[in-house]
Amino acid sequence: MANIAMEPAAATFRPGTSDTEIEAAALRTIKRRKQLVLFWQIAILVIALGLWEISSQMNWIDPFFYASPSLVAERLYDWALNGTTEGSLWYNLGITMEEALIGFFTGSIAGVVVGIGLGRNQMLSDILSVYIKAINSIPRVVLAPIFIMIMGLGLASKVALAFIMVFFVVFANAFQGVREADRDMIANARILGASDWQVTRTVIVPSAMSWIFASLHVSFGFAIIGAIVGEFVGARFGIGQLISIAKGTFDAAGMFAAIVLVMIVTLVAEYIMTMVENRLAKWRPQQGLDTH
Amino acid sequence: MPMDQGRSPAIELINVTRRFVSPTGKTLTALRDFNMTVERGEFVAVVGPTGCGKSTTLNLVTGLARPSAGEVRLMGGPVSGIDPRVGFAFQKDALFPWKNVIDNVMAGPLFRGKSKAEAERMAKDWLARVGLSKFLHHYPHQLSGGMRKRVSLAQTFINEPEILLMDEPFSALDVQTRTVMHEELLKLWAERQASVVFVTHDLEEAVALADKVYVLTAGPATVKSVYKVDLPRPRVVSEIRYDQQFIDYCKTIWEDLRQEVETSYRRASEAA
Repeated sequence: MANIAMEPAAATFRPGTSDTEIEAAALRTIKRRKQLVLFWQIAILVIALGLWEISSQMNWIDPFFYASPSLVAERLYDWALNGTTEGSLWYNLGITMEEALIGFFTGSIAGVVVGIGLGRNQMLSDILSVYIKAINSIPRVVLAPIFIMIMGLGLASKVALAFIMVFFVVFANAFQGVREADRDMIANARILGASDWQVTRTVIVPSAMSWIFASLHVSFGFAIIGAIVGEFVGARFGIGQLISIAKGTFDAAGMFAAIVLVMIVTLVAEYIMTMVENRLAKWRPQQGLDTH
Repeated sequence: MPMDQGRSPAIELINVTRRFVSPTGKTLTALRDFNMTVERGEFVAVVGPTGCGKSTTLNLVTGLARPSAGEVRLMGGPVSGIDPRVGFAFQKDALFPWKNVIDNVMAGPLFRGKSKAEAERMAKDWLARVGLSKFLHHYPHQLSGGMRKRVSLAQTFINEPEILLMDEPFSALDVQTRTVMHEELLKLWAERQASVVFVTHDLEEAVALADKVYVLTAGPATVKSVYKVDLPRPRVVSEIRYDQQFIDYCKTIWEDLRQEVETSYRRASEAA
């Protein structure tokens, strides 16, 4: 736990030290620790980027293939200001986000509904489990060409790919979450007078929620993968298309620039999701409350 | 039968057998030829060795489980499904951790179609009775074990059950808290005059609370003997344990129970 790491910093006090002094000292220790963590986080980034930049400048690695942080930054700046060969950067980013978000929301809603439905119905899940396993064992990206063949180069094929990637992750977690719901708690609700639907709504769904949220974190990344892989295989716009074009023209800086963009977008989404989760899960014991 | 509905016992288990069949086809008999009668307003305790099938009897009364043979009757009528007159107190607390205290207590009335305002009024009333008026908006994890148990009791009592089933409800509490909870339970029971079946492995708890103590045999459980506990009410649980009559009851019943505990223990170590 976190408080083990705190131990060495916990000072011994002279007898007669007031509580306020002890608290102030503890707060200082916590603050110093936070600063230290932040310092190293930044230091590692600077060192890594610095090494990359220097190796590239000194020709230890070939800048043609590996680019350099300055080239990547320059490219991002250029794209942001003057647009890409395929039109405005924001438009391309918007397309990818649209595909990923639609896939993410439809996929997770479908995953939750089907997961909870099958989790509540033993017979149906016994029958369907073999097919779910079979479909689940297909590596999802191989579906990209089929979707593009059927649905064309536009939005639909990427949404379908993002959907299928998200669906199975969320489904599996929702299903497991239902199975893990406490039997006594279900019995309690039923004896208190809950109907089947009330049991699902007030016991099953909330207790599956932490499983579902765990999967949502991963699956937004999957939605982005689905959208971008779809764009690789065939698209007119989007970040995946930019990467594909950059690859075609041996434009390493362009590829890295696109990767950095996707990284930022995913991090922001992750942050938003954590905020939503914390708000919904305020009933849970807070981790680390005991650290001081 | 309908004509003497008013006098029929609260709970009757008549020659009940309950078998469990595992998915591989093996059967396990938890109860065999089990007979029990609980009069209206009576407090019955059930003691027996661990794993003998005590909890199974309760599940049969709730309607969560069906007897494999025999009959279970509530207030003179057969059990079909979960009976709204039944309340159940669980061994570990079965509160909903994502609901705060008042929402937990309101759950029962809301499930049963009461309005939100009505449910809230009732919940506040019950939480006041168990002394938790200041904790309405706390979540279960913020409360002590004893407080959670009180919330559970309020959650169960708010439905005003005529039949109260309790499955070792206080076994997880420390001794002091447990005695306090015994007092509270007896107080609530005296107000409501519900019929209670209290399953426990703690003989002193059984004698201190109950009018009648059922001793079960090592599994498959059947009734070994029934003792009537004639200690005066209202009882003060914290002091009753020094009462000579109480000690005598405990000794007599323990002699009886000990053989079953030993049998059960011997079987368990043979199986291991």
